[in-house]
Formats: sequence, structure tokens, C-alpha cells
Amino acid sequence: MHKTPLLDQLESGPYPSFVKDLKRLAAKKPQVNDLLGQLERSYKEKITHWKHGGIVGVLGYGSGIIGRYSDLPDEFPGLEHFHTMRINHPSGWFYTTQAIREVCDIWDQYGSGILNMHGATGDLVLLGTTTDNLEPCFQALAHKGWDIGGSGSAMRSPSCCVGPARCEWAMFDTLEACYECTQHFQFDLHRPSFPYKYKLKFSGCPNDCVAAVARADQSHIGVWRDDIKIDQSAVKAYDGGELKPRGGATPYAKLDVKADVVDLCPTGCMSWDGKTLKIDNKNCNHCMHCINMMPQALKPGSERGVTILMGSHAPILEGAQMSWVIVPFMEVEPPFDNIKELTERIIEWWAENGKNRERVGELILRLGMRTFLEAVGLPPVPQSVIRPRANPFFYWKQEDFDAEAAGKKYYTTK
Amino acid sequence: MAERITDIGPPHYGKFLSPVIKENYGKWVSHEIIEPGILKHVAESGAEIYSVRVASPRILTTLQARDICEVADKYCGGYLRFTSRHNFELLVSDKAKLEPLKAELAKRGMPKGGTGHSITNIVHTQGWIHCHTPAIDASGVVKSVMDDLFEYFGSHRLPAQVRISLACCLNMCGAVHCSDIAILGVHRTPPKVNHDRLRHLCEIPTTISACPTGAIRPHPDKSLKSVTVNEERCMYCGNCYTMCPAMPLFDPKKGGVALLVGGKVSNAKSPPMFSRLAVPWIPNNPPRWPEVVQTIRKILIKYAEGANKYERVAEWIERIGWEKFFEVCDIPFTYQHIDDYKWAYDTYRTSMHFKF
Repeated sequence: MHKTPLLDQLESGPYPSFVKDLKRLAAKKPQVNDLLGQLERSYKEKITHWKHGGIVGVLGYGSGIIGRYSDLPDEFPGLEHFHTMRINHPSGWFYTTQAIREVCDIWDQYGSGILNMHGATGDLVLLGTTTDNLEPCFQALAHKGWDIGGSGSAMRSPSCCVGPARCEWAMFDTLEACYECTQHFQFDLHRPSFPYKYKLKFSGCPNDCVAAVARADQSHIGVWRDDIKIDQSAVKAYDGGELKPRGGATPYAKLDVKADVVDLCPTGCMSWDGKTLKIDNKNCNHCMHCINMMPQALKPGSERGVTILMGSHAPILEGAQMSWVIVPFMEVEPPFDNIKELTERIIEWWAENGKNRERVGELILRLGMRTFLEAVGLPPVPQSVIRPRANPFFYWKQEDFDAEAAGKKYYTTK
Repeated sequence: MAERITDIGPPHYGKFLSPVIKENYGKWVSHEIIEPGILKHVAESGAEIYSVRVASPRILTTLQARDICEVADKYCGGYLRFTSRHNFELLVSDKAKLEPLKAELAKRGMPKGGTGHSITNIVHTQGWIHCHTPAIDASGVVKSVMDDLFEYFGSHRLPAQVRISLACCLNMCGAVHCSDIAILGVHRTPPKVNHDRLRHLCEIPTTISACPTGAIRPHPDKSLKSVTVNEERCMYCGNCYTMCPAMPLFDPKKGGVALLVGGKVSNAKSPPMFSRLAVPWIPNNPPRWPEVVQTIRKILIKYAEGANKYERVAEWIERIGWEKFFEVCDIPFTYQHIDDYKWAYDTYRTSMHFKF
């Protein structure tokens, strides 16, 4: 076993230790021993010892495998090849122990036995195998019902929140939407042919538990557009302290309905006179705060759908973007054909116009929102901006003049 | 040989749902968090499910995964799930099993928590354990910070939830840019061009166009078939290295940690916000990163003391003003804090609304 005096210091402490866990496996797997040895070296030298990835994969796929090679293969022969396999996770990251054990059995046979549960995009990540083992490992997994996820300039494995499986706030079936879209875009997920990556995420409500607004090129967030349902007796129970704020998630013993709910409402659309809670629903911006505070008294309305937002990505390269609203409300139901069709239109436009490694959000900024909206057939809506432009530099197109001549107020879509 | 299977996609989640979840799918009416780490959901039918949330370092061996399975078999019929912050949840339908489960988790060193007004698991990236571009490690920093803040994992004592994330370089595959506290590995050295390798490994036009500041130019000596870097323009994003392996920018001494704070994803009260630079550089100091740990603790304590009820870090800072944040947390304000990248102007103050 390699000596790891620096890493050994991470074995103590109350939070689960990855070093302790890896050491257990290192006794059985020489490559894990080498991994600890190389990691110790990085801790000493403060530098990575992984080389820039190479192109490896399984037959017929261009994505899902990340080539990884050590720059110290003579010292750590077990890491000469140590590739990553991304396995597309099930919606909502639900498993049975039988399913996890099947994956473990296969990974013990063909790989290092190290997993990430899960990767940042959502995949079940298998860390560390050789080029020769990629194809047999893939097929062993496939025969148990698993497939490889996305990487590179491809559709990435879509992900979603826990949704209707275990949450009362799911405004649509996030798990099925995620599954349906994943299946629909299998070809694009496995064969990179886009300008860059494309991520779909599905959050059931504006609490956005999968950070769709920050991390998905196309974000789907559940929303309602009618009235919040109020159980006045439960509101009183919160006011009286019988029910705990946020279902008991806080340090506070009692909810002050006026100070903690009504006064913190961002639109000021609520009132409480000590007996009745009133909500001016026409002015609610469905932020979820009041519902979060009183989950047993307030429920989202019944007219439910999704808001579609576009364009988020991390700072590389023009600076981080968050997704912005392009469709304020869309009714959806399985098999989610309207989401699939819109996604296809967007990707077609992006594939046609995007530069190499240009995210769709960056392309929309480069060519303009109008160009994008017209190309995918969406009308301009005030919900898509916080405020309109302040500058006077706007364009007029022939379509605008034609609409004007035809007596229409303004031009929207073709 | 068995038939080759491709493009089947992931298994349908329906195969993995417990009977209670299947029967009450879409029919949940409310929830409580009965103690830190244990959620109780109630359905229209009156059915209940208890989710016991447990810490995970995200990187798991098959041995640990099998241990988790053993617990799940014993207490919840083999049904479990993982969360978007890489914890796992044991889905218990029999309330009588909660106490013995808690005892077993404690015995196995599997802490429950991460619910409500807590610090839950730190979403993070690979770091030195498996990545070719990191400035810092990921798992080791996370372990060190979580050990230090452990009292906040299994309790609900903060004014609101605090989401900490870590990305080990500017590529941010952890997408930490909307976190209450973001730990970011940063390089501070321009790439060193290896002309011999570049000629064989890299496409010169894509390498040049990878640079967002136009710092990369064709090398004036055409026979080299390489590039030069205008070092004054480089802000060490590493995008050229992504495109061209002959341009590494690692430096054990200059690389380090930046902290960004005040981001959020949820729409509750205030809209989603980006995290913003709090500390531009902290030394990269394995194995326990004491300076990072102490700085995060300092920010967290000042937040916990200063925030109103239910206020997220971002909402607290926006209320008191960023100039007060730097004062309260005793963090020096530097040239690095003033944006000079592409969309800088919207961060400049154009009013008299500031504090001394």
C-alpha cells in the first residue's frame, strides 16, 4: 500500500470520509491503491496528475465516456487508463437496492469500483476503467437495462426533481417529462452533433430543486396560474403555534403570520387580520414563500403547467447566465410532445447558427431575442423581460410595416 | 455472443418506486420535517412516507454503496433515492422502523441531516482525484469544510438554508455560480506554451478563438506553427487549455481558492441570484485547507448573527449593502472585486444609496 500521510488526515472528523472508504477498497483493488498514491502526490505537490483526456468510447457512440490517463503511469500503473463512464440515471435518482447491486457487480468486474452518486449533471458516474473494458462493461450494463449518458457537444442526460413521486408541490410530472425527453433525444445524447452541450432540467415548482434556472440551457419550472388554495383553520393553527413554520425546518418555534409571511411577500398581495388570510392572486408572482412557510395551510392552485426558460450556463465563456422566460405558461401532459417539439425547433435553429462551443444562451444574445423567437415561432411576451429597453436603438422589419398596413396593432408571429 | 444493445436510455423510474410511492404518486398533500434529516410526507389517502436523509461524500466505493443497500434492505424494503445535493434518502414506510434505523445509522457513522435551515452536503466536482484542469482538490476541501460546519448539518439553527458548492476550476462543472457560498478553485498564471507539443496537438485557429479576451495570437515565427500569449490580458480561465493540451496553466503556489457568496436558485421571496466575489484568493493548503475553512466559518457566523428570520445569505447582504458585508466580515475590498469583464457596468453604483 502506498503511504498517504496527508490523506490520512482526512480520515478523522464527523463527516463521512472518502479516504476511509477508498482505503477499504484499496486493499482489494490495486488501481484504487494507486489512485490514493497519486492523490497523495497531488496533495504534496498541489497539482493535478491527470493528463488531458483522449478520445475513447464504445462502438457507435461519441459520448458518455471521458478518457482519463495518469501523467505518472510508471509509478501508478493502475491509473495508466482510468476512464469515466457516465451512466444515465433514472428520473429523480430513485433506485432499488437490487439495481444498485447489479451496477456494483458489473463495476467490480470491469472497473475500479469507485462511483459518484452522482455527477453534476445527474449521471451515475463510474470512475476508472481501462479502454479494453469499456465495451464489455457497457454491454453488461445494457443487458441489465442501463445506458450511457451524454458528454461533449451533445444532449446531456436530462434531470429532474423528486416531483410527484414524493412532493406535493410538483406542478407537472417532472419524472415522466425527464424520462420521455431522455428517450426522445437518445440519438442526440449518444452522438454529439450540436455546437456544444445542451442540458434539459425539470423542476416541479419555483423552489427549483434541480437548479434548472442556473444550470440548464432549457429549463422547465412548474407553475400555477389560478388561486393559491387556503385552509384558513390551518393558517390559524400556524398563528397559534400548533403547527411549526416550514413544517419544522427552522429554529423558530412559532410562525408570525404577519411578519414572517404577509410582510415578506414580495408583491405585497397578502393580508392577515388575525382571523382570515387573504391573497390577491392576480398580483401573486408565485415565489412560493408563503407556501413554503405554511405547507399544511397553503397549496398551489389547480391550473398547473410549466414555464420554459432559456439560456443558462456557468461562466465559461462570456460570463454566467441564468435562464430567462420564453414561454410563461405551457400546459403539459405525457408524452410531453409540445416540449419535445419546441426543443427540436430550438436545437435546429442553434445547430444552424451556433458557432463551435457556443451555448444556446450565448447565441441568442449574439443574434438577438427577436431572431430567436421568430425562428422558433414564439410571440413576444412581457413576462420575458424584467423591464423593457431604455435605449432607442430598435429595429423595424418589413413584417412590422406589413402588419401595420394590414391594420394590425403590431407584428407578433408569422 | 449476446445481442448488442444500444440506445435504450435509462431504466424507467417506475421500476424503482416503493409501493407507497407508486400508490400515492401525485397525491401527496403536505409534509413536515419531524426532526433534522427526517421528512414526513402525507398523501390524500392518509398514507405516510418517511424520508431519512443521510450525508454522503458523493464519491462512493461499491463497498460503501453495498453498505447503504444493506441498510435500505433492512429498514425500507430496498427502496432509496439520491438527492440533487448528493445525499441519499432512505424511504421508510413503517414508522416503527425509524428509531432502529437512526440507531443503525449512528452506529455506522452515516449522519442524517441536510434538511431545512441547515447546511446540507456541498455539491462539488472531481478535483485532483479525477480531473485534468483543477486548481484545487474537491473532495478534501469539502470534507474539511463539512467537518468544521458539522453542527449545522444535523440541525435547523440557521436563519434559512445555506447552500455551499465547490468547483475546482473556472469551468465550474459544479455550476456553483448561484450558491449561498461558492468555493472556487482559481488559477493565477497565464498558460505556458509548449511550442513543440502545440504544433502536433492543437488546431491554431480554435486555440486562438478559445480566448475570450483576445490574448492569444499566432506566433510571429511562422516556422514554429504555434501561438503567443499576451499575459497582461489573460485572466486564467483555462479555456485555451481545454482546447489545447499544450497550454497548461498550473502553478502550485499561485493557484488557490476564491469564495463567492450570495447566490440562490429558489424563487422564494427574492429572485434567483448569482454568487458574487467575496474573497479573491485564499492559499491552496491541503490536506485540511484551514484558511478556507476559517473564512467560511467567519462568513457563516456573521450571517447567522446578522440575518433576519428566513433571510438567505443573498437577502441579508442585499439588505445591509455589500459595503457593510465587507465591513462586518472583515474582508478587505480589492481591485479584484470590481468587475472589469463583459457585463461589468450593471454592478457599478449609480446612486447615492450607499453607507459609510
